[in-house]
Amino acid sequence: MAALYEGYTLCGLVPDQNLSSSGIQGIEEERDRDHVVVTDSTRSVTLYKVSDQKPLGSWTVKQGQKLTCPAVFNSQTNEYVAVTDNKVIRIWKEDDILLDKAFKATVSSDVWKVHCTHGGEPVVLFQRGAVRLLDSLLAAPQQPIEEVLAQEETIRWSTIIVAETQQFIIITTEQKGEHFLYLQRLNPNSVQRYRLEREEPGLSPLSFSAIYKDKHICLLYLYPNGHMYQSVLSVRGLGTEEGVQALPLPRSLLLGLPVGDGQLEAASAMALDEAHVAVVGVPHPSAGGGKDFLCIWNTNFQTLQAGKEMAGKIYGQLWSYSNKVFIPHGKTLSIIPFECPKSSLASALGKLKHTKTEGELNQTCHTLRTTRKSQSTTNLTTDQVLELIKTAPVEEIQKEVEGFLTRSEFQDLQPSVGQLALTLVSRSLADPAFYSSSTLAQLVHTRCLCHSVCPDLVLLALEKKDYFLCQLCLQFFPDIPEAVTCACLKTRAEDKKKASAPSQLICPVGLHKAVLINEILQTPYSDTFLLPHLKDLSSQNVMLFLQYLQFLYLKYSQDAFPQMEGFRSPSLSQIMDWVCLLLDAHFTVLVMTPEAKGLLLNLHSFVKSQVRLVSELGKIEGSLQQLHKMKAKESIGQYSIEIIELF
Amino acid sequence: MGEFKVHRVRFFDYMPSAIRTMAFNSQTERLAVARADGAVEIFNFNDNFFQEKVIPGQDGRAIEALCWVGHRLFSAGLNGEITEYDLENLRPQYTVDAYGGPIWTISSNSQGTQLAVGCEDGTVKIFAILEERIQFQRNLNRHKGRIISLCWHPSSAQIAAGMTDMITIYDAETGQATRRLLVDRAMGASKNKEVVVWSVGYLSDHTIISGDSAGKVQIWNGLTGTLVRTYLVTKWDVLSLIINASQDESSVIAGTSEGTVIQFQFISSTLDQHDKEWVRTRTFRNHSHDVSALAHTDTAVVSGGMDTQLVVRPLLDKVEKNTQESALRKIAFPHRSLVGCAKKAGLLLFQFPDRLELWKLGESEGHGEQHTHTHTLGEDHICCSALSACGGWLAYSTVSSVRLYRIQYNKTISINKVPKLPKELRSVHQLCFSSDSSKLFASSCQSSVIVVAVSQQECRYLHTLKHKTGEWKARMHLLCASDDGKWLATANTDCEIHIYNLHKMKLHCMVPVYNSCPTTIAIHPVTNNLISVHADQQIFEFSLVQKEYTQWSRRLQTQGLLSLWLERDTPITHITFNPKNPDHIILHDTYMFCIIDQSLPFPELNAVLWNQMTLKNLPVSQRIGQSHAFKICKIFQHLMCVSLLEDLSLVVVERPLLDIMSQLPAPVRQKKFAT
Repeated sequence: MAALYEGYTLCGLVPDQNLSSSGIQGIEEERDRDHVVVTDSTRSVTLYKVSDQKPLGSWTVKQGQKLTCPAVFNSQTNEYVAVTDNKVIRIWKEDDILLDKAFKATVSSDVWKVHCTHGGEPVVLFQRGAVRLLDSLLAAPQQPIEEVLAQEETIRWSTIIVAETQQFIIITTEQKGEHFLYLQRLNPNSVQRYRLEREEPGLSPLSFSAIYKDKHICLLYLYPNGHMYQSVLSVRGLGTEEGVQALPLPRSLLLGLPVGDGQLEAASAMALDEAHVAVVGVPHPSAGGGKDFLCIWNTNFQTLQAGKEMAGKIYGQLWSYSNKVFIPHGKTLSIIPFECPKSSLASALGKLKHTKTEGELNQTCHTLRTTRKSQSTTNLTTDQVLELIKTAPVEEIQKEVEGFLTRSEFQDLQPSVGQLALTLVSRSLADPAFYSSSTLAQLVHTRCLCHSVCPDLVLLALEKKDYFLCQLCLQFFPDIPEAVTCACLKTRAEDKKKASAPSQLICPVGLHKAVLINEILQTPYSDTFLLPHLKDLSSQNVMLFLQYLQFLYLKYSQDAFPQMEGFRSPSLSQIMDWVCLLLDAHFTVLVMTPEAKGLLLNLHSFVKSQVRLVSELGKIEGSLQQLHKMKAKESIGQYSIEIIELF
Repeated sequence: MGEFKVHRVRFFDYMPSAIRTMAFNSQTERLAVARADGAVEIFNFNDNFFQEKVIPGQDGRAIEALCWVGHRLFSAGLNGEITEYDLENLRPQYTVDAYGGPIWTISSNSQGTQLAVGCEDGTVKIFAILEERIQFQRNLNRHKGRIISLCWHPSSAQIAAGMTDMITIYDAETGQATRRLLVDRAMGASKNKEVVVWSVGYLSDHTIISGDSAGKVQIWNGLTGTLVRTYLVTKWDVLSLIINASQDESSVIAGTSEGTVIQFQFISSTLDQHDKEWVRTRTFRNHSHDVSALAHTDTAVVSGGMDTQLVVRPLLDKVEKNTQESALRKIAFPHRSLVGCAKKAGLLLFQFPDRLELWKLGESEGHGEQHTHTHTLGEDHICCSALSACGGWLAYSTVSSVRLYRIQYNKTISINKVPKLPKELRSVHQLCFSSDSSKLFASSCQSSVIVVAVSQQECRYLHTLKHKTGEWKARMHLLCASDDGKWLATANTDCEIHIYNLHKMKLHCMVPVYNSCPTTIAIHPVTNNLISVHADQQIFEFSLVQKEYTQWSRRLQTQGLLSLWLERDTPITHITFNPKNPDHIILHDTYMFCIIDQSLPFPELNAVLWNQMTLKNLPVSQRIGQSHAFKICKIFQHLMCVSLLEDLSLVVVERPLLDIMSQLPAPVRQKKFAT
């Protein structure tokens, strides 16, 4: 799963008075991954070492002059290139102190931006769409610059991309509410013009982002209505004729982001890799209408992978270099490291360790109902039972619920059982004196309940120390969150009665607790979600739990472990998984705890023996598989007399 | 069809000998295979890979290399001799001592005028190939260390010789070594173990390809003497290596001790590039042991080695897919019968290269009473043997002599050699007794059959049957006499079948020549029809009286045999008949035996050939409608012989391939399953 880590501040910002702009024009990578050049929107360029969060140098142009494009770093010559007042190209080195004394050249047309890839030559993009390599431009600065764009067509966004060895400049423009895209190949130069499909009238793309993958350029753009589109451009077969004709650019809807109230204003989306997109300025789906979030979405599964609230105003600006997002917000420029591991459905959904088949469920439910048929008294409807639950005493409720369950068909049971459980739980929570364990247990037994329907049930059972109900819930609920699992574990452990000097072969917990812990061990979980909650356990608890796991392991290792019929016991691999998880979560603490030393040594030897066992099994795997294939063959001697029949 | 009592015999400990080397003649499409016991087998790749000739081995004749020169076959071995074979009479024609110690390799130049042999004493000796013999010409400059492998340059101007730790290139004219290529030793602990260049190849463009004991296949530039490329293909030895020299020299295969065969091809590594290089392309894993012999035909890789099986692996880019041609073929058993069966006496005769075993079948179930007699012979190996139906006579032949024994069986078995055989019985290829055991037929050289009368008192020469006077040389590999003693049928490797009238002692007729070699023939005891089965699995029935194919045979040819029958890859090696039901013909190959019921209709072309299971599950009344002429039984596997005794019980001699495998030495250690 993708993750956003704790961020840090690179520098403060001096935003506009009305907070419309962040005050930063651009951030460009410098000599390596750890250096960036930040250009503010007025006069200065600053070089930062990112890991140290400190400026290494800063250059400012004279009062009255203005930087009109972000400075870029030419790694071929170790020079910085920027443009002041649209027409003056400035080039300087790191040890130049005064910018005014550095090289400058005035060109004949207004410059939009200077682009430079790492290791590549800077490319100058003019406001009227023409493109020049910096060197060839400086050879004759006053050379005439052609107009590529039509009248009233203006550049909205541009970038440079390296596809294999070829450099491409991508330009998006707007002309009378229509949007176009130019794909300009350099050296040899050729350009292709595309027309972007119209979104709802009056909507212009808020942000663009382009990456190169699989021999195609992927363009990503976000509209204020939250629609994020992807268009794929082939870098091959680019027409040689100049892009007079605008080809339609096919697009596909990648994500429909929640926009909350109204439309997005300052938002930006940026492709991080093939499957992940960073989005800023879009509300978090589960955190109300606030738009000050940085989120990572997985576009393959359309799932939100990570989110982070950013304090202060979001300007809709976003840069990303070497697994770090640069985001100006409020009055700071923050750097947030992220990670986008290769996504898989399993990691996105967590692992479900065992599943019961539907047929089995029906069976259980059926038997439950038939056995209780005789007990029904009056025929109450769901609503009547619900009313009853709110006031009646425990015994009556129990009787009526039982009757209700026997009467209803399995299909109809689902919604009403949820309602019954909810009402029961809320009454129990409101009235500490009221608690109907057996009714709840009955409801859980129908297997129509799950944790999401009645989230307070397990916690209530824990509070009431109704371990049987807990156990039932753990057994039948497919969706118990890891946090609740841990809570069960914690209560369980805290509640321990001090076993006198727990030796390895004496169960360190009582029977009831053991049963509950066994149930916990068998609940489905996802490592990622469980781990943070496991860390909340005290080291005492962890010790006890590990001791119990050790006890279980030893029980399993003994030959002829009684696998009782109907006795739900965790599998050896579940035990080992939990041992590993607990050790992962608490290893540093345990290492420092003197009492834990023996335990750790024992566990170490278990792990070793497991590894050995697995490797030995691996060795004979092939032979064992052969056994499957083999048919039992009667042994044939050297000579026999047989009778065969032919037909 | 009914029940059969089956004597299931598994005590024939037949053990094929390891394949030592092989040579493929692309003009005649014949493959010569030499085995560790000195036997040389010739397979006809034009005729279903039929093993048409076997030259028996000899103790002490260890063949290291084979070489075709046109139609002539030469071998050389560790006894230091070069042998040319008489491929008609299946025996060594002459041997020449090279006087250089054991010979490791032999190779002829492309014109077929000279033979080069590599000797233990470090000399490469050149022999001139003359019309009827070879003659020593000269030695190339001598080196210290043995010459393990040789290859002529196609221009015949140079010879590359693989030695220990190096390859030497000789000028064939002057005999001077012009270049030495030093071969790296294996890495690691075995660094001080010298490396043996087991095999070299020399291409027209002066590329030299070598395979060595350090597991490397190396490509050298022979002009500059530089190493171009090294492929480490195994941890063990690269034992054999061969170029598809008859084609464009664009493919090389190498066999390793691990049982793999690795193909290298001279191709451009990317599609749009023109400069080609040698690239490792395919790996075939069809052997469990050393692959010491390889041949590269136009369409297939042929390999053999320690595990005794000959494997023909078609290259799928050269043959049409999903046809019989593209099927992998493993030849594990000889294409002739090594078992003799005395039907009246219940005796079995097993032929080994160096001995014969005689067994008596048991009388009652479970109590197989076996009398065995093993006879060990001289240094020449046995080429054929015969047991008379009454069990009273046993004859066998080596390349040089024939022996006849009288067997007497009362409580104990006694075997007595018959002295003083007629001098005409010298070198024979096939032996056969008449059904009343009064005559012995022996196919001899010049395509003649010698008839000898055998009786208690004497063994007397009667007659020599010849179908033609003159120079007809094809040898007879099959003989069979009719039960009534009137007919004798012979078949030769030129696919001809001749019928002799034994009453008149002269040729009766010749069966029309079919283009595939007969693998077995038999004369029906009642109808006197000749049944012949050929290498392409076709079956014919020829009436000896009417001198024409029978109606049944014509119908079979018109309707055609099922493809499942035709695609079987082992030949029918034996036919017997059911004396109680003349409609039944019993024949077998390695994997099944089949009773053909001539009274039943042939299977339709879309019918199931092997329908015994279906029939078994049908009620008796419906079986008739479903059954067809071919009753196939696959219960017994890897059949060496199926025969019907006089008491109507079947004798089935099995030799499971697994039993053969289990007697092989342990293969080289390979890492498997994390061991």
